[in-house]
Amino acid sequence: MSSHPPTAPAGEVPSSTSPAGPARSEEPLPQATTPVPPGLTWRQRLSRIDVRFSPYLYISPFFLLFLVIGMFPLIYTGYVSVHEWSLIGGKGEFVGLDNYRAVFEDRYFWRALRNTVSIFLLSSVPQVILALIIAGLLDTQLRARTFWRMSILVPFVVAPAAVTLIFGNLFGDRYGLINSAIGVIGIDPVAWHVDTLASHIAIASMVNWRWTGYNALILLAAMQAVPRDLYESAALDGAGKVRQFRSITIPMIRPTVIFVIITSTIGGLQIFTEARLFDNVGLGGSDRQWQTVTLYLWELGWRLRNLGMASAVAWLLFLFIVMFALVNLLLSRRIGGGGKS
Amino acid sequence: MNRRPGFLVYGLLTAFVLGSAAPLYWSLIVGSHDKSVVTQRVPPFIPGGEFFSNAQRVFDTVEFWKALGNSLLVSTVCATSVVFFCTLAGYAFAKLRFRGSNALMVFVVATLAIPTQLGVIPLFIQMAKLGWTGTVWAIIVPTLVTAFGVFFMRQYLVDAIPDELIEAARVDGCTMFGIFRNVAIPAARPAAAILWLFTFMTVWTDFFWPMIVMPSTNPTVQIALQQLQSGYYVDYALVLCAAVLSTIPLLILFVLTGRQLVAGIMQGAVKG
Repeated sequence: MSSHPPTAPAGEVPSSTSPAGPARSEEPLPQATTPVPPGLTWRQRLSRIDVRFSPYLYISPFFLLFLVIGMFPLIYTGYVSVHEWSLIGGKGEFVGLDNYRAVFEDRYFWRALRNTVSIFLLSSVPQVILALIIAGLLDTQLRARTFWRMSILVPFVVAPAAVTLIFGNLFGDRYGLINSAIGVIGIDPVAWHVDTLASHIAIASMVNWRWTGYNALILLAAMQAVPRDLYESAALDGAGKVRQFRSITIPMIRPTVIFVIITSTIGGLQIFTEARLFDNVGLGGSDRQWQTVTLYLWELGWRLRNLGMASAVAWLLFLFIVMFALVNLLLSRRIGGGGKS
Repeated sequence: MNRRPGFLVYGLLTAFVLGSAAPLYWSLIVGSHDKSVVTQRVPPFIPGGEFFSNAQRVFDTVEFWKALGNSLLVSTVCATSVVFFCTLAGYAFAKLRFRGSNALMVFVVATLAIPTQLGVIPLFIQMAKLGWTGTVWAIIVPTLVTAFGVFFMRQYLVDAIPDELIEAARVDGCTMFGIFRNVAIPAARPAAAILWLFTFMTVWTDFFWPMIVMPSTNPTVQIALQQLQSGYYVDYALVLCAAVLSTIPLLILFVLTGRQLVAGIMQGAVKG
């Protein structure tokens, strides 16, 4: 009740503090021009200003910062992308879509695109499947469940840069532990830093290692919301554990699975650190075997000092991510055999 | 309950946990031997005694103390600022009624989908103009308040504060900020702790943006790691010792607060 002023002054927009008045009319008038009814004290007037403007004040830091470091750069990237723009010399001539054309004509762009999609698929598909299995294992009457949940989260604590250095050593071409291990069972050493597919597998395994446990916890949370009596009646009908998992659990948690897939898409298409630090040169291989789009953007902008072309890549990457997210959304609606909800 | 797990479940989970720990353990093994360890035919399976001399070399080779200080500084400042501003905005979106709040909230969520790389070039140009490149400001300022944080706090506070409590405080003549301080902040504490942790870890582990704006003379921990690796010859005893060193602060944080972190991830999933 106190949110309503006792008497609504004539000529004022009726109580902007009242619940849910979506876009009724223009901004509330500042207090100076508002006719003030004689009954209100200075204190009451202050208090009404307080009630009316505080919400805007509270949300303003986010919007101010977003304007400066989010919105402005977004638009400005487009502006840079249609100019000649050097890292050192700054803005040059307006060149229209030349930067975009140059990107499309650069075979390294297409290679980076291929690498990104390949690494993304190698990291997201096994990751989601493994995370589902781990979550299913955790969604039981485990002893020491906090211990298990914390344990699977340990890789998440290791920064991508450190992960990459560790895996770069494990996947060493000459002395790597993995080549030694597969040598024991008679497989020839793999040239992880030369062969395209092998390098993609190595990089994808870093992403998988760091994120599987994290995603398993998200899926676990959804699984715990599945009503237990569904499992009991399925068990009465003779459905085994695996069958229950496939026919009850996965359809029931579909929204969360889609959420995990979408976030791993957005993350997977931006892979940078792993590709940059996989060898000590940092450009994605001698023939750009594992250069991702983001790494390509960085090489253009900060190695070749062509910020104009790099901006064009940034915009293309954005479109690419939006496109992928949409395709993903459509595809993942089919998960769980077209169940409802 | 017919869902009591058997040996198979425990066995599979144990295998997964060992797999999760193995790369870290391996880096401890390599980082605690001298550099010939990587070329041995049969690698050692227990840590050696060279960890501290390797660590000493790390500190001699790059500005690792400065890097640790910088990372600690930017992560703490960003986490604290994000918690304050996001609680403020999240509370406004969750509990205060104002014109346009729904549309503005949708806008916040939409910004979550924008990748950092898209704006990175103008942001760099801006930072260079302001003369902030090479200083911690370039890292701190863009992360003072995040869309994720606003969203996260809003989701939590919607249910955490009863509307009656706010009404009652208002009747008692509390100012808006007084209500925020005395009602919202105490109620927000559990979520604020989680958000602080998340932001701290995100800033600590970030590599892309610091690599663009920070020079080798004023690195963060992740940049120092890169410097150790970027020579012509990679000394893995040195590099992996540094990888372990760079992870220790977060491991300590994880041991102390892992429970909350797990709860936070699972909570965010249910509500998000």
